[in-house]
Amino acid sequence: MPGRAPYDGVVLAAPVSIPYMRYSIESAQWWIGRALKGLIDATGLRVGDLDGFCVSSFTVGPDVAIGLTQHYGLCVRWLDHIPLGGSSGIAALRRAARAVQAGDAAIVACVAGDTNHVDSFRTTLANFSRFAQDAVYPYGAGGANASFALIARNYMRTFGATREDFGRIAVAQRQNALRNPHALMKTPLTLDQYMAARPIADPIRLFDCVLPCAGAEAFLVMRDEKAAELGLPSAKVLGTIERHNAFAGDAVQVRGGWAMDVGELYDTAAMGPEEIDLVQTYDDYPVISMMQFEDLGFCRKGEGAAFVQRHDLTIDGTFPHNTSGGQLSAGQAGAAGGYIGLVEALRQVTGTAGTTQVRGARTALVSGFGMINYDRGLSSGAAILAGAPS
Amino acid sequence: MIEPMRRPARKNPLRRTRVPALPPRGRSRSAQGLTQAAAEGRFALQVCAVCGAFSYPARDACPVCLSADLPYVDAPRDGTLLSETTVRVPADVYFRERAPWRIGLVGLSCGPVMVAHLHADCREGEPVRMTLQLDKGGEAVAFAHPVGTTENAADDRQWREMTADPKFRRVLVTNGRTALGQEVAAALAGAGAAIVFVGIAEPWRPFPGEEKLAATENLQILALDVSDERSVRNLAAEIGGKVDILVNTAEHIRPGGLLDRQGISAFRDEIDQSYLGFAHLAQAFGPTMRMRGADGANSAAAWVNVLSVYALANWPAFGGYSASQAAALSLSHSLRAELRPGGVKVMNVFSGPLDTEWFQTVPPPKVAPRAVAAAIVSGLRSGLEDVFVGDMAEDIRRRLASNPKAVERELGR
Repeated sequence: MPGRAPYDGVVLAAPVSIPYMRYSIESAQWWIGRALKGLIDATGLRVGDLDGFCVSSFTVGPDVAIGLTQHYGLCVRWLDHIPLGGSSGIAALRRAARAVQAGDAAIVACVAGDTNHVDSFRTTLANFSRFAQDAVYPYGAGGANASFALIARNYMRTFGATREDFGRIAVAQRQNALRNPHALMKTPLTLDQYMAARPIADPIRLFDCVLPCAGAEAFLVMRDEKAAELGLPSAKVLGTIERHNAFAGDAVQVRGGWAMDVGELYDTAAMGPEEIDLVQTYDDYPVISMMQFEDLGFCRKGEGAAFVQRHDLTIDGTFPHNTSGGQLSAGQAGAAGGYIGLVEALRQVTGTAGTTQVRGARTALVSGFGMINYDRGLSSGAAILAGAPS
Repeated sequence: MIEPMRRPARKNPLRRTRVPALPPRGRSRSAQGLTQAAAEGRFALQVCAVCGAFSYPARDACPVCLSADLPYVDAPRDGTLLSETTVRVPADVYFRERAPWRIGLVGLSCGPVMVAHLHADCREGEPVRMTLQLDKGGEAVAFAHPVGTTENAADDRQWREMTADPKFRRVLVTNGRTALGQEVAAALAGAGAAIVFVGIAEPWRPFPGEEKLAATENLQILALDVSDERSVRNLAAEIGGKVDILVNTAEHIRPGGLLDRQGISAFRDEIDQSYLGFAHLAQAFGPTMRMRGADGANSAAAWVNVLSVYALANWPAFGGYSASQAAALSLSHSLRAELRPGGVKVMNVFSGPLDTEWFQTVPPPKVAPRAVAAAIVSGLRSGLEDVFVGDMAEDIRRRLASNPKAVERELGR
C-alpha cells in the first residue's frame, strides 16, 4: 500500500490570536473579521491576495463560509467550512495544504472564531447534534461536562488514574498560562485548589472544565517560496493524521482515533515521539489530554497517570505541554479551541512564542479532538510541525 | 438503600406555587418509536430487518449494513451499568431545580450503549434492568433499575418524576355509583392515596356498595354529576386545588346503533356523560392541575380516562356507545397536549366489555371491574399513557395494528 504523500513545499505562517473575552456583545462575524485583519496586518498582504479561505465556528450561523466571502470582500478559488470543533485546526491544515500543493490555491486563510453571549453555551448545547437531542440532553442537561464525566469515571476505574493525576495537568497548564498575557485565567492554581473545587458532574470539578469565551485564531497556508518572499517565519508540516468515529465497538471511550493511525503519523514524519520538543493536546478535560499522551505514542495505554507523575509539563519542564495554558487556562473560544494549540505550536517552532517560548523548540506535535455527538468524541487529528533551523 | 418517602407536609397557602418546568423536548421522528413503547410500558429498540443489529440512538440507516428497514421491536431489557455521574450544575431549569441528578451509561446485552436516568439503587459494574419512561415533558427516556426488588424502590426521587404514583397523592374518582368506580376507589386507597374523593350523582339516591364505600378509610363521598356543569364547577371550587390524580369513571353504556334505536335522546345521553361530562371535568379541574404539576411530592400528576377499547374501532352492537367513547378519546388527546406544559400525564385505560349489567348479553371474555382498577394503579405506578386491560382489548389492539379494515368488518358482522 503506497504511503501517504508528504507535505513538501507547503508551510504554515502568520499565527494570529485575537485576545479572548469572557463575554462579548459582538457577533462571530466580528471576531472572524478581526482574525482576518490580523492576518493582513501580520503579513502586509491585501485582502485580494487571499485566494483560499476556510472557517470554523459554532456561532456564525445562519452564515456558513460562503456568506462570509461576501461579508469580508474575499474572492477565493478554494473555500471550506469545517464543523469539526476541536479538530478543526488539524482538518483545516490538511485540506489547505493539499490545495496549495496541487496549485488549487496559493494563500489560504484558515480561521476559527466564536462569540460568547450570556446564553451561547446553553443554546449551543441544546442544538448540538441529533443524537444529543434525542439521547443525551434530556438526561440531566449536563452538556459535555456530564458526558465526559462518564468517560472520566470509567477511565479512572479501568486504569486506576486519580483526580490528582488529572490535577497535575491542570496545574501545569495554569503555570504556563501565567506567562501568556492573553490567557483569561490570571491566578495560580494549586493541586489543593484543584482537588477542592466546586463539583460539576462527578468526578469533574470546576478546574477540569474549560472557560467558554469569545475569541479567534488564524494562520495562513502557502508555498515555502511564498513565505520566504514575504519574509515570514514559517513551519513545515512533517505529517498529519485524521480519523472520525474510530473504535465504535469500545463500550465506553478510552481511546481516540489517533490510536488507529499514530504509526503512520511518525512514519511520514520520519521521527519518533522522543524527537518531539513540545506537545499541544486538545484539553477539553484533563482526562482527554491524558488519553492523547497514550494514543500519540508518548506512553502505553493505561500509563497516562504514571506518565504525568514522571514529567514536568511546564514550559521549562521535561515535557512542555499546552504552553499557552491551553483551553483550560487560556479559555475556549468555541471552535477556536481547535486552533489554539496549532497556532501556539506554529509560534513555538518559529521561535516567535515570546513569553511562552520553549527554549530551542524545533518540532511540535499538535492534536485535535472533539464533537461529542452522543457518548464519545468522534473527531480526532494530529500534525507534526517543524521550524526551520535557526 | 432508599429512605422511605415521608408524608408531605401541609402546603403553606401563602407561598407561591412553583411553576412547572419541563425537561428538554424535541425528538427526531425515528426516536418517536420509543415514545410508543414507553406509553405502553414496553422496551423496544430499532432492529435491522436485514442484518439483525440493534441500534440506538434512533437513526435512519443501519450502522452495520446501511439498510433503511429499521422497525422497532421489543428488545431484551438487561444490561450493565458501565459508568455513572451525578450532574450537579445542569444547564436547564427543570434539572437545575432537581439537581443533583444521577445518570449513567448502560451497556445493553443486545449491543447498544444507552445514556439513562438511574434509580438510586443501581451500582456501577452491576446488572440493571431497563425501562422506557415518558418524562414530565412526555418524551421517552431510558431508565435503569436494579435487578430484583429493593426496599422502598417506588420512593426513589428520580423514579417518582417519571410516574404518577398514587402514594401520598389525593385522588378524585368521578363516579362511585358503579362497581367499576368502587373498585377503582378501593384500589387507589389501598395504593397509599392520602385521600380518595368519590363523586356520586344525586347522592340521596341509594346505590349498591354505598355502605362499604362510606366505611372506607381516607375516602370522602361528594356530590358530583359530570353531565351538570354547575355540579362540576361547585366541586372544583371545593377541592380543585387538592386533586393530584383524577380518574374519570363516568359510564353510560347502552346497546344499539343508529337504526335499532328511535329518537336522538339515547345519543344525547351518551354524549352528555362521556363527552360533555369529560369537557366539564377538564375545564373545571384541568387548569389547576396543570398549574400544580411541580407542586411538591404530592404534585398534580395524572388524569385517567377509563375508555372502551371500542373507542378505537366501533362495535355496531354498541354503536352509539362506541362513538361516544371515540369522541372522548379524541378529546383526551387534546387534553393530553394541553396538560403537558404542566407535566401532568393523561393515561387512557382501554377495556373490553366489563362484566357488569349493561354488558350482560355479551359472551366472555369480559373484564372484572377489579382488573381495570388494578390496571389503573399499575399504570400510574409505571407512568404509562396507553393501557389495554384484558384479552379482548389486547386482541383489538393487535388486530388494529395489523389491519384496521379487517377489524371494522369483523366487529360489524
